[in-house]
This record gives sequence, C-alpha cells and structure tokens, in this order.
Amino acid sequence: MPNSSFVILFHSSNHAIWAEAALKKACINCKMIPVPRHLSSDCGYCVEFEHTEHDHVLDILSHGGIEYDRIAMSK
Amino acid sequence: MERPVYFDNAATSFPKPSTVVHAVVHYMTQIGANAGRSSHFRAVEAGRLLFNVRNSLASMFGLDNPMNVILTENATGALSLAILGYLREGMHVITSSMEHNSVIRPLEHLRKQGTIRLDIVQCDTAGKLDPDDIRKSICNDTALVAINHASNVNGVVQPVAEIGAICREKGITFLVDASQSAGSYPINMKEMQIDLLAIPGHKALLGPTGTGALLIDDSFDPKRISPRKFGGTGSASSMIEQPDFLPDRFESGTPNLAGFAGLAAGLDYLQRFEGGIQRIHQHESELREYFVEKALQEGVEIYSDERNPATATVSFRIPNFSVSDVARRFSDDEGILCRQGLHCAPLAHRTLNTFPEGSLRFGFGLFNSYEEIDYAIDAIRRIRDAQ
Repeated sequence: MPNSSFVILFHSSNHAIWAEAALKKACINCKMIPVPRHLSSDCGYCVEFEHTEHDHVLDILSHGGIEYDRIAMSK
Repeated sequence: MERPVYFDNAATSFPKPSTVVHAVVHYMTQIGANAGRSSHFRAVEAGRLLFNVRNSLASMFGLDNPMNVILTENATGALSLAILGYLREGMHVITSSMEHNSVIRPLEHLRKQGTIRLDIVQCDTAGKLDPDDIRKSICNDTALVAINHASNVNGVVQPVAEIGAICREKGITFLVDASQSAGSYPINMKEMQIDLLAIPGHKALLGPTGTGALLIDDSFDPKRISPRKFGGTGSASSMIEQPDFLPDRFESGTPNLAGFAGLAAGLDYLQRFEGGIQRIHQHESELREYFVEKALQEGVEIYSDERNPATATVSFRIPNFSVSDVARRFSDDEGILCRQGLHCAPLAHRTLNTFPEGSLRFGFGLFNSYEEIDYAIDAIRRIRDAQ
C-alpha cells in the first residue's frame, strides 16, 4: 500500500473479516494487517485500503451494516 | 450395494462428502490457528473460515446480517442459549407435544423452578400441530412459542409459517427447532417469520459433529437474550465485561474450528447441489414414500399420516416383534443401522401412542438409494418369516 493509505479499526475480528469480504467483493484493493503500533484497538487486526477509495469504502460499510470502530491513517 | 446400510441420518448424516473430510484435514494440517485472537496470517485464515460458515448460513436461511449467526456446539446448545437466555420470571411459554428433549428439558427446568408458566399444546395422533391451538393458548404474558419444525420421531413437518404469522401478529417471540429440517427442507426465516432458529451442523447440512448455530432474525434485538457463557472473545480485550455486539456476545472460548471447516465444505456442497435443498427434499420424500408403500405391504405399522408434509424420517414396528430385538437383528445380522426405542422425545411417543416401548426409526438421507430400501424390506421379511 502507498503511504497515503487508511485503516479501518474494529471492535471484533469477526467484523474485520466481514468488512474485508465485502470490500473484496466490490473489487476494492485492501489488505488485512496487524493494527499499527501508533494505534490501539480492541481487535488485533485491521483492514488497510488506499485513500482514494475512502468514500467508496464508507459507502460499502454503511450499505452492508458493517460495524467498525473508526478509520485512521495507517502511518 | 455396500453394507452396512446407514439409515440413521436423523441422528447424524453419514457419509459426509469427501470435501468435508478434506476441509477438516486441511484445517488441522495447513491452518491450525485459533481465530480472532492473534493477527498472523493463519489466524486471519481461521477467522475467514468462521465468517464463511456464518455467511453461508445467513444466505441459506434468509438473514441479511451474517453476524447474527451464533456458532454453537450443536442444536441443543443453540436451543439452550435461546430458551435459558431469553426467558425471564413470570413469562408464559407455549410449546408442542412433539418436541425433542432439547426443547422440553430446558423449559421444564424453568417451569419446575417457578420461573415460567408452560403450556404444551397437544398434537394429533400423527403428530400434527393445529396452529389454532397455539392461538387459543396465547395469554397476555405469552413471551415465547417454541416449535419443532420437523419431528425427529416420525418426520412430520409443522405449519411453521402459519404459526410465525400468529406470533408476529401478537408480538410473541418465535423459536424454531430445525434440527431435522435444516438442509433437507427449505427454510426462510423472513418468509416464515421466525425470530430464532436453532440448527445442527452435522445432520442434513453435512458437517462434522460438534457444530451448530443459533440464527437471530435481523429485526430481533439480541440484547433480549442473556449470554449463557462468558469469557474470552478476542475482542474488547481491555474490558472485563462481556461484549454486547454479535456474535461475540454469545461466543466465548475457542470454537470447534476443525468442525466448522468441515461444515463450511458441507454448506458449499449443498449450495452447488443442482436444484438445491428443494431437490434434496424431493429425493428424500421419494425415498420415504417408496419405503412406506413397501413396508405397509409387508404389514409393518407406520406411525405417521402420509398425507402430512414430512422429512425422510419414518417410525415403525413389525407387529409381534420387540423393537429392540428387530434393531439388534438389523444391526448384527442384516447390516442395517437405525435407531430403536424412545428417541429423546417422550411426549412425542405418547402423542403417537408408541410409549413406552418406542419405535424403530429409519432416517433416510441424501446418499441413500432405492436399492438399499429394497434390501431393508427383504430384511424385514426375513426377520418376520424366521419366527
């Protein structure tokens, strides 16, 4: 991922995997990664995606009713 | 034809598709990790595996939200979670005389300790429930109707959609035990207005034993159900309280990942099966009809009304023979595997007038054949004529 990528943080890994599946189904380039050290999360991993996809990602999460904690810069 | 002939699919299905076996071995040898705890790639893979099971079950039974699929150890675990987690002091519950002990025992436990009032609606002598009798039993404090979709004793299928409509109209939670129907009879929670659906993974869904689920309708507030177990979920690790979001609220502890890997493969097999569950139901119904017709010609007593919709589970007796003797001869001499006696459903046997001796039970499955039924009919003839 380029420097300008974002991560979605979740309360539960179940939600992270659900989000990953929904984003991949929509052909969004994303990756499951361990939560970066400068962030804290209840869940051990998060989903990283390119910043250009930000609004598209939000639409998919909202449309799917997929719960997430917050979105942050990955670096 | 290979022997033994397996007619005990109502207990658990056998054989499983080879893909189910391979999926279990693949998990044990190639993944091996716990799900939802660590963040390495194998842990993520284990998490994906559980998600696939939830997603497939949600899709199969008409749920929008896969997080509303709570994975359990079996249907009994799902029913205990629903019944013991939902019911509170002073609630009135309606159930039927065809229930399995997995429904009756937790209800009776709550009734005996004075928590609930319980009405058991009597079914007719073929096990059929009249939805009007449910309506007549409803009181102001009725909070739950718990009904067996298909009987594990004689396969009779209850009019779940009609009962669901009554419950929705009256604002009563509707719990359905689909232990005998999930995977062999089409079920849509929205169309049937089911709030809570308990299913086993190891019967017609073709997964390994030790798998099941409670499906919670998208419109049902899960906070109305208290967790029955508490502990680590891999989530909200900074808190000492149980998380309130699904599925974590109800899923503490390491799940049966090897089993769910197999169940994912079983569900995949069903999704790819041409004609789907409707076709499977048709095949099993044809097997049932074929057996019943031939068995009646041999003077066998069948404990059902064949005009009722049913799964492929048949209860019967050979007149003048004890069911235990026949079952032993089926197993030892003929290589036919079935169940005999009381099938964990004493009220159902009283309803069908097969209490206390019980019955012989053939539970046909997707992989049974007409040839096997012909063989069983010949075996019945041999046992009867050898007297």
